Amino acid sequence: MAERAPLIELKNVSKGFAGIQALSDVSISVHPGSILCLLGDNGAGKSTLIKILSGFHPPSSGAIFVDGVQTRFSGPREARGLGVATVHQEVGTIPMMSVARNFFLGAEPTRGWGPFRRLDIAKAERIAVEQIRSFGITRVTHGDQLVGTLSGGERQVIAIARAMYFGARILILDEPTSALGVKEAAKVLTLVKAARARGIGIVFITHNARHAMLVGDHFVVLNQGAVSAAFNRGEKSREEVLNLMAGGRQTEQIEADLALFEQDGQGVL
Amino acid sequence: MRRLLRRPEAGAFFAALLVYLFFAIAAWKANFVSLNGTAAWLDTSAELGIMALAIGLLMIAGEFDLSIGSVIGATSIILAIGTNHYGVNPWIMLAAVFAFGGLVGLINGLIVVRTGLPSFIVTLATNYGIVGAALGFSRLLTNTTSSSMLTTPGVDFLFASQWGQANIAILWWIGLTLAALGVLMRTPFGNWIYATGGNIVAARGAGVPTSLVKIVLFVTTALTATLVGAIQAVEFHSGNAANGQGYVFQAPIAAVIGGVLLGGGYGSPLGLFFGSVIYGVISVGIFYTGWNTDWLLLILGALLLAAVLANSYFRRLALTTH
Repeated sequence: MAERAPLIELKNVSKGFAGIQALSDVSISVHPGSILCLLGDNGAGKSTLIKILSGFHPPSSGAIFVDGVQTRFSGPREARGLGVATVHQEVGTIPMMSVARNFFLGAEPTRGWGPFRRLDIAKAERIAVEQIRSFGITRVTHGDQLVGTLSGGERQVIAIARAMYFGARILILDEPTSALGVKEAAKVLTLVKAARARGIGIVFITHNARHAMLVGDHFVVLNQGAVSAAFNRGEKSREEVLNLMAGGRQTEQIEADLALFEQDGQGVL
Repeated sequence: MRRLLRRPEAGAFFAALLVYLFFAIAAWKANFVSLNGTAAWLDTSAELGIMALAIGLLMIAGEFDLSIGSVIGATSIILAIGTNHYGVNPWIMLAAVFAFGGLVGLINGLIVVRTGLPSFIVTLATNYGIVGAALGFSRLLTNTTSSSMLTTPGVDFLFASQWGQANIAILWWIGLTLAALGVLMRTPFGNWIYATGGNIVAARGAGVPTSLVKIVLFVTTALTATLVGAIQAVEFHSGNAANGQGYVFQAPIAAVIGGVLLGGGYGSPLGLFFGSVIYGVISVGIFYTGWNTDWLLLILGALLLAAVLANSYFRRLALTTH
């Protein structure tokens, strides 16, 4: 795909905490307008990788490149400043606040001068509704609507739309669909595709192989802190991916156990 | 109409209307609905309302302050001892007590933010500490824990003017409510207050300085308690170290009746205003009916429960789609 420098690239990154190796020798790259799916079971090292990408932790060894330039994030603020936005599952929005107030939280538009400087609510509401509706959430018609009135998927969309409005070039989506029903997940996946079409580089972290296969361009499977497989769209079947995520042998073991369980006549849950 | 019902002050407004109509009828013969009757409940609502306003904002940001009672008492006794026993100019003593109040708020805020301990416990401790210190020092210095206060006409005007039965505290209350309304609804800081109480992780993630928000609100609350202490000391020309403890729970009760969510993130200055109106109307109204005032606490308890139920209903309504 893109021959330009990747938006963000990790080269041979390792991270240890108090003697425990959380990541070893991980290399990934994220290109503009493409979706990198980061797959792995719980404890595979996904969270550590997110924290390194978003500037919370420096790597123990290895290097980070942003736009081809080696970088060492001093913290999340610097990462954000370079256009790396992380949207976490369920912690992005505040239910008892309006859509507009959520959208502009921490970057509120104001008008007037000196002591007369005040929140420009009209502007905030107009832009927030425009942006959110442009991603297909048509149920948002008023900026003063409470975010708590929206579904989980719609809240996720607001958080993502917000990051993009404030100049994100690299979106790190941490399990954006895992808490959602089928319809809701579809909304978020549609938005992820829309973001790709706008040239954003996306890191899509999930343990749902089906969702990953629906949108992903590149895939990296993490297992016990290391990359166990890296491949492109269409190179592997869903079963192969599932096996890779579970570490192959374990899946076969689970299938065997289940078969035994059903033979005992206790298979109906 | 449905839009109005969705506002956080909707429940408190209707409850205030209901409570007022009830006492207007029940105490009609005693002239509850007269200039004097109205001034009487407004006076009570005002002093509580000033305090409830500050506590309410702090509660919206997800914190609590029980030390207000001790700051009110300490303010009044410091003003009294300073002006009466040491002959210090009342204006200078006022500057001193506001500095003292600000310091208490700063200490409360810093402890809560730095240690992450629940503010309920931290401010309970400072409340006892300050009451004890105020009692101890005033006994040590003047051999009593209450004293009369000397004022000047200017100080009297600012804190204790009266028009008929109506105190200037009512104007303070209305002015501060409008100021709080402006801050919450029309400044970025107001947005940060809601966010800090609504979801502190998300607020931090969005770059809101949540610790600063909390410290500013703790300082504001302590300064407000100082104001109430000063109003009371000047009004009665006396100070007592044990004053103000009633507010420790009355202010949060008025705030909850006014629609503030105990867990933070929700509420409005108008709701706080009506919550204090309800408290004032009931406590004064029951005198006017001529009923035994023993029933006051029972009514307040029942009202608190009803208010929490009504507010949770209105909050659910607010969370339904347009």
